[in-house]
Amino acid sequence: MFVARIAALAAAALCAASVADAKTLRWASQGDALTLDPHAQNEGPTSGMNAHVYEPLISRDPSLSKVPALALSWKAIAPDTWEFKLRPDVKFSDGTPFTADDVVFSYNRALAPTSDFRAYISSIKEVKAIDPLTVHIITNGPNPILPDYASSILIMSKAWAEKHNVTKPQSFKDKEETYAVRNAMGTGAFTVKQRDPDVKTVMAKNPTYWGAKDFPASPDELVYTPIKEPATRVAALISGQVDFVLDAPLQDIARIKQTPGLKTEETAQVRSIFLGLDMGAAELKYSDVKGKNPFADKRVRQAMYQAIDIDAIKAKVMRNFAAPAGLVTSPGVHGYTKDLDKRLKFDVASAKKLMADAGYPNGFSVVLDCPNDRYNNDEQICQAVTGMLAQIGIKVDLQARSKTLHFPKIQKKDSSFFLLGWGVPTLDSHYVFTYLYQTNDAAKKVGGYNLTNYSNAKMDELTDCILKEVDQAKRDKMIADAWKLAIEDMPYLPLHHQLIVWSMSDKVTIPIFANDSPNFKYSKMK
Amino acid sequence: MLAFIVSRLLQSVAVMLAVSFLCFVLFNFVGDPVSNMVGQEATAADREEMRTELGLEDSVGMQFLRFLVNAAHGNFGKSYRLARPVSDLIVERMPATLELVAAAALLALAMGIPLGVLTALRRNTIDSQAVMTFSLAGVAMPTFVIGILLIYVFSVECKTWAPAVGLPGDWCFPSFGRGETEKIGGWTTGLLTASGLKAIVLPAVTLSLFQMTLVLRLVRSQMLEVLRTDYIKFARARGLTNRAVHFRHALKNTLLPVITVIGIQVGGLIAFSIITETVFQWPGMGQLFIQSVQFADIPVMAAYLVMVSLIFVTINFFVDLLYAAIDPRLRLDRAQVGTAGG
Repeated sequence: MFVARIAALAAAALCAASVADAKTLRWASQGDALTLDPHAQNEGPTSGMNAHVYEPLISRDPSLSKVPALALSWKAIAPDTWEFKLRPDVKFSDGTPFTADDVVFSYNRALAPTSDFRAYISSIKEVKAIDPLTVHIITNGPNPILPDYASSILIMSKAWAEKHNVTKPQSFKDKEETYAVRNAMGTGAFTVKQRDPDVKTVMAKNPTYWGAKDFPASPDELVYTPIKEPATRVAALISGQVDFVLDAPLQDIARIKQTPGLKTEETAQVRSIFLGLDMGAAELKYSDVKGKNPFADKRVRQAMYQAIDIDAIKAKVMRNFAAPAGLVTSPGVHGYTKDLDKRLKFDVASAKKLMADAGYPNGFSVVLDCPNDRYNNDEQICQAVTGMLAQIGIKVDLQARSKTLHFPKIQKKDSSFFLLGWGVPTLDSHYVFTYLYQTNDAAKKVGGYNLTNYSNAKMDELTDCILKEVDQAKRDKMIADAWKLAIEDMPYLPLHHQLIVWSMSDKVTIPIFANDSPNFKYSKMK
Repeated sequence: MLAFIVSRLLQSVAVMLAVSFLCFVLFNFVGDPVSNMVGQEATAADREEMRTELGLEDSVGMQFLRFLVNAAHGNFGKSYRLARPVSDLIVERMPATLELVAAAALLALAMGIPLGVLTALRRNTIDSQAVMTFSLAGVAMPTFVIGILLIYVFSVECKTWAPAVGLPGDWCFPSFGRGETEKIGGWTTGLLTASGLKAIVLPAVTLSLFQMTLVLRLVRSQMLEVLRTDYIKFARARGLTNRAVHFRHALKNTLLPVITVIGIQVGGLIAFSIITETVFQWPGMGQLFIQSVQFADIPVMAAYLVMVSLIFVTINFFVDLLYAAIDPRLRLDRAQVGTAGG
């Protein structure tokens, strides 16, 4: 009897010890993933959460370089065909082996009509399994950067999807929720233990993870809580109720840095903030200049550019969490160089002279459309710009709106002057040219976010060539030429690259990712 | 009485219809959910297709009619944000809000009534002056500020001052969330776990402060009024103890209007809880609503607003009935009017 009790006590003590050793990382950010379905929402926080459970063929390491994940190697075997050699002996967390069929299934699922990645990988024509560990992806014409796209497409288990009737991404037409919205099962470093959308998500370390030996120190458990209110989020970190906050407000960073036991990590984000000008319309929709378009005159655009005191915006509005930009793309994107990323001088006198030369010595009025809940301090940036442009006589009527109103308005080209930020998931300049600079053409599906009516045949041709050129040196030359042309034509007034700051307890070590998407398999808990 | 009930019921239905129609008109101004629902790569045609699929291209009247028909079938559609049926979402979130509201209402009564009596009886003393000043702050300070202040004192700074006054370091309150919950049938409760009970304290205090001061001031003024009436003087003349006069005679007669007001205020508590829930990341319906507004998640907003108006209308309806039931004079008047009419 006595012995039995001792044994029970010892067992209990052992359990307690192992529980104490288990490392739990509690983290928080403003908004939860929208769904666990890996192909239903092409949105940063959603993809970031899902990438802990599902994996792509090629993933990104902390420096955002491509590293083998489910594919061990990849090469172009024909101008329009990429061959991926898959990693052998990988198992899904339910024990079923991972094969080429799962890759074919997942890519087809990502190309389905209800997938939000359909437009993103529209250059893919066909995905074929050659043998269990070889896949060919055939594109419509050559696509030298297909591997960059592959890093966004997560791989599901075909058998699991069929079993749970989720072979298509969720749609909003169905009345019922699909199984994949709150359940996930992949090859990744973590498995989903509990999922309450908007409330709490618990993930446990996947014991059968193929990369377990590379990441022995990653936490045993991740507990995610969305905390919408910024002040509460910071309070939770300072009071030790969470270990990591993704998005503390910039004005609280100094406070966090001063708090003993807390630290921050910062890096330039792959997102640039800029102003767009409707330079192609015959007449501006929201201006007092009638019969002509002042933005069509490059002198006016340049005057506006030079009237913006970006250092003041950086210091006062952004509290130094911004890097002034001369390009509308950020460090880390292929084709970006420091030389290109140089701003024109801030010079109100020459800006005034340019305005006078262009025939607007007394300026004009124009409406600036601005979001107020999308980018860091977006509305305040617009307010600062409004004041600066007044110096050269441009009376800006600032209209700040929620993103749910701002984006539909500018997408309809119902704006003369707007603020926009652009991130680059492929990390290649082509993505920027094809969305922001190519002539808007719905049939060709290019220029989707070129809301400035900017159109230059040279730029269109360069962009098309960059897409197809397989010779890397030639391609890089074209990208540089295209950037020079973009700077020359100036349809956008670049402002800055956003900086991201992650705040965390001293106990946490994690490399910062410039795409603002933490990957906790790289993290360590003391 | 039956005619009264039927007419009140019809009025309630009319109010509900008007409220939900207004909601639909307002939805035209919350923006387009589609840009949140598709990636930035989506083409204009893709967005157009999505809008058509969701029926957002139809007129307001058409959308409203479709909503009514579906709602009559118990189908509130699927959330644009979470891709889950709206009715599931609301049922999941309701326990959190109702527990918070119940705790806040209880706190408001348990603190408000005794303090109201105290301040009425000891009118010119320092302590009742202090309570009245404090209650002014309760009325004047926005819920948001109270919440943040409580978090600052009782969960952030607490780590420093709690040990200093001899309290254990883990005495501090959590700044967010509901703690551990347990599931009983379809109802998740945080009231059965230690962490859940601890988590409800700060939000419940925040939410109740306004109602508490309201009850306090109401009880006080009613008490002062009643204490001046003839039957109290008569009771004193009969030589009853202060205790019997104050609590058996005076307090009892002040409670009727208090209960009526509290009944109506419960609806208000549910509405006020939106702010409290946002500050404390309390996973209730109010927070669901705020997130839905930011996403322009129309199905959730519609269902929530209709449900809140249903709660208000129902409470008002029952308060009307209760009033008639509790106060015999009202009943008598109506009966007499009835006979006179008949």
